[in-house]
Amino acid sequence: MIREFGTGDIVYLVFAARWTLALTALAFAGGAIVGLTLAVLRISPLAPLRFLASLYIQIVQGTPLLVWLFLFYFGLSIAGLPVNAWTAAALAYSIYGGAFLGEIWRGALIAVAPTQWEAGASLGLTYVQQMRHIIMPQAVRIATPPTIGFLVQLIKNTSLAATIGFVELTREGQLTSASTYKPFAVYITVACIYFLICFPLTQWSRRLEERFNVAR
Amino acid sequence: MSRVELINVSKQYGPLRVLNDVSLTIETGEVIAIIGRSGSGKSTLLRCLNGLEPIQSGTIMIDGVKVNDPDTDLRKLRQNVGIVFQSFNLFPHLSVSDNITLAPRLVLKQSPDQARKIAADVLARVGLADKIDAMPQQLSGGQQQRVAIARSLAMNPQLMLFDEVTSALDPELTGEVLRVLEGVAREGMTMILVTHEMGFARHFATRIVFMHEGKVWEQGPVAETLSHPQTAELKSFLDAVLN
Repeated sequence: MIREFGTGDIVYLVFAARWTLALTALAFAGGAIVGLTLAVLRISPLAPLRFLASLYIQIVQGTPLLVWLFLFYFGLSIAGLPVNAWTAAALAYSIYGGAFLGEIWRGALIAVAPTQWEAGASLGLTYVQQMRHIIMPQAVRIATPPTIGFLVQLIKNTSLAATIGFVELTREGQLTSASTYKPFAVYITVACIYFLICFPLTQWSRRLEERFNVAR
Repeated sequence: MSRVELINVSKQYGPLRVLNDVSLTIETGEVIAIIGRSGSGKSTLLRCLNGLEPIQSGTIMIDGVKVNDPDTDLRKLRQNVGIVFQSFNLFPHLSVSDNITLAPRLVLKQSPDQARKIAADVLARVGLADKIDAMPQQLSGGQQQRVAIARSLAMNPQLMLFDEVTSALDPELTGEVLRVLEGVAREGMTMILVTHEMGFARHFATRIVFMHEGKVWEQGPVAETLSHPQTAELKSFLDAVLN
């Protein structure tokens, strides 16, 4: 039986959006750990570490996120390691997010003037102390606007997790659309919810960017 | 034992030989002014002294420690060798106090209170006691450079290197920085300055080292060397900078 698309459905969609946000948070946290590691390795004084980090980034940026989702969800279960949609999504998004955040953060780290490293080294600080107390605090300011920009991409890309049966905002939209047969109204609602989440973030990022450009 | 000893030091950037068989000995308490044209190797020489730049051959000894030895702990060496740069290189995200106390806290393991006391002390020596909680960008260029000198002094170094520390400053701001350098020189600090300030060199240096084409071309006591240059190159350099 086909039912009407009513307020109850909108409420369901809004509730489903929390899984979008939860997946985003998980993906961002995982991606941040991987990304920070990659960024630091990418500017390491040791060439083999730089090479490995760069290889990782090339591979991940050269492959679709959807393939990583399928690989972990379907691939691992066939390999005898059945994982649920949460685990598969968390792994795939961490790998994917790490590669992009790694590049953004590497750019921020090398944007800090080399003379800042020199000043730290000349005072007898270790490499790690220079990184921790001099380079990173300055890089964070540079990296914040593009990082928020990536976060917005990530929020939208969590919709791909619908393909492995993860019920977030887009998947809930598909289900609602199927039972109400009102795809236009349903997907407009879904798009509005995504927009309401993303718009404040893009505005925030733009403001930070302006402030940063003024500060320089 | 000499404070600094360079023996046949050579350094190349690719095919370009920037230091060519430099030998130089500096005793404790000396104030050395290194002069010469741009590209003569003055700044490179200074940067080699605390290991910021590697050398290809020769030996650099500071207080009997070989700088260009892979087994030497450069961090330990740098605690005793301060360097002040042309572009100040203060840490822009840290207050004046944090700029000065960072290394004493991290490297010398001083307590925050102890480090802050020393920061107040070195700031007073450079005449900026009231700026302890300012941010670098609130200060003029001359004040920033004085904070950079204070930051170096806070490590209580045995030797201080100054790399054209007034070159990035407006003429009216160089005076305040030179007065701070005079004060440091009077306290008996061993200092090596790459400088274009001939007036300062004349009054406060104990020795002039003239560099030309990566070599120590001529050196000697200040008054004598400046008034009676032995080489045509120093003579023409002095004519150019003094007139």
